[in-house]
Amino acid sequence: VKKIQIFVGTRKGAFVLRTDGTRRKWEVSGPIFLGNIVHHVIMDPRDGKNVLMAARTGHLGPTVFRSSDHGKSWKEAAKPPAFPKAKEGERGLVVDHVFWLTPGHSSERGVWYAGTSPQGIFRSEDHGNTWASVSGFNENPMREKWTGGQQDGTPDGPKMHSILVDPRDPYHLYLGMSSGGVFESMDQGKSWSPLNRGCEANFLPNPDAEFGHDPHCVRLHPMMPDRLYQQNHCGIYKMERTEGRWERIGKNMPKKVGDIGFPLVLHPRDPQTVWVFPMDGTMVWPRTSPDGKPAVFRTNNAGKTWKRQDQGLPEKNAWWTVKRQSMTVDHEKNVGVYFGTTAGEIWGSRDEGESWRCLVRNLPHIYSLEAAVTHP
Amino acid sequence: MKIFRPSPLRSYTLEKSAVEATGKDLDMLLNNLDQKYPGIRFRMIDEQDQIRTHIKIFVNREQATSLSVRLDAKDEVLIICALSGG
Repeated sequence: VKKIQIFVGTRKGAFVLRTDGTRRKWEVSGPIFLGNIVHHVIMDPRDGKNVLMAARTGHLGPTVFRSSDHGKSWKEAAKPPAFPKAKEGERGLVVDHVFWLTPGHSSERGVWYAGTSPQGIFRSEDHGNTWASVSGFNENPMREKWTGGQQDGTPDGPKMHSILVDPRDPYHLYLGMSSGGVFESMDQGKSWSPLNRGCEANFLPNPDAEFGHDPHCVRLHPMMPDRLYQQNHCGIYKMERTEGRWERIGKNMPKKVGDIGFPLVLHPRDPQTVWVFPMDGTMVWPRTSPDGKPAVFRTNNAGKTWKRQDQGLPEKNAWWTVKRQSMTVDHEKNVGVYFGTTAGEIWGSRDEGESWRCLVRNLPHIYSLEAAVTHP
Repeated sequence: MKIFRPSPLRSYTLEKSAVEATGKDLDMLLNNLDQKYPGIRFRMIDEQDQIRTHIKIFVNREQATSLSVRLDAKDEVLIICALSGG
């Protein structure tokens, strides 16, 4: 029987939601590593059994846990992501936490990428057991300028996220940094170029800067790999890579809601369809649902128009939000869309966002959701 | 020498609160500990060989601020997680 699983990373451990193909009843298991701060848990779609988890605790340093049996049992990485040791008298970088995990190209079994706070990128070639620093970024003389240094980043530390692998070419990579912007590599990380033209950065002294932007979530559509979408600090964007310029498609969102948010997810078979979850990005950036009224917005035409999807969601007084890794989709005929909130609820839709129901409540603050399908 | 471990690290030491390891200084001691309990050092000591922010290491009740502290076989090493959290 086919099983759909959602791996959930939270501030206090990981959980797994499981259902069958009907998606009517969901069972929750966990916590896994109770008390660990889990930023990301994701199953390898290339084999449907290996799962990696980015974790740390409040006191202990960062690590990666690995499972080779769908998350039933776990082992710690023998060599977690770590920056190179600095030369005598120099100050070296220290990984505070692993924030993002990306399975590598389909032709490179066992390869994974990890993004860290502060911004660093690491590569594993053995299913996440040992990690090597991607020196083309981490030791690049421009790294400090690109990232803005330690002060520039989110309140929870600057992040490397949205590591994307071109499905046509394992050497072609993208990454997103909060802050720093979107960057691209054509040589598997040996060299990187900024890719921020057209993207606003109204918080920088030079709004037309080449880098220093704040992408929150960047996605690439596997069926149309030259189409990129981005939820940014300054709105929702789309890029045709052949043109190389971001176009702000969030301007077509309702003015009262705006186009600020963290997550953005894509329809697995339709590159024109995108879901976002807007948040309040006014004044001091409350990062809550605008006016306490949560809603998902969907476009079916690559951002020309947006439709509010809030049937079943609280109508008012819901002051939570959804973080950048906390929204995911399954691959069913009617695509299931799921999001986890900062208040520990997971909401799901079986009809592509038309209606919602709460699948689970009372989990810790949710950092990430990743859907996976297994065929035991 | 004897090392006393805080509860967040006991998953590495089969739940033992005190373990034995050897080394002429803290750096060598923690390397020896890591050989016995793989992964434990990196949770306490970062990649620049600095003691992590919320970890405190005491040698005979004196707080160590670096890994170069010399050790004697009779010394006692106490590792604690600083009070913090949320």
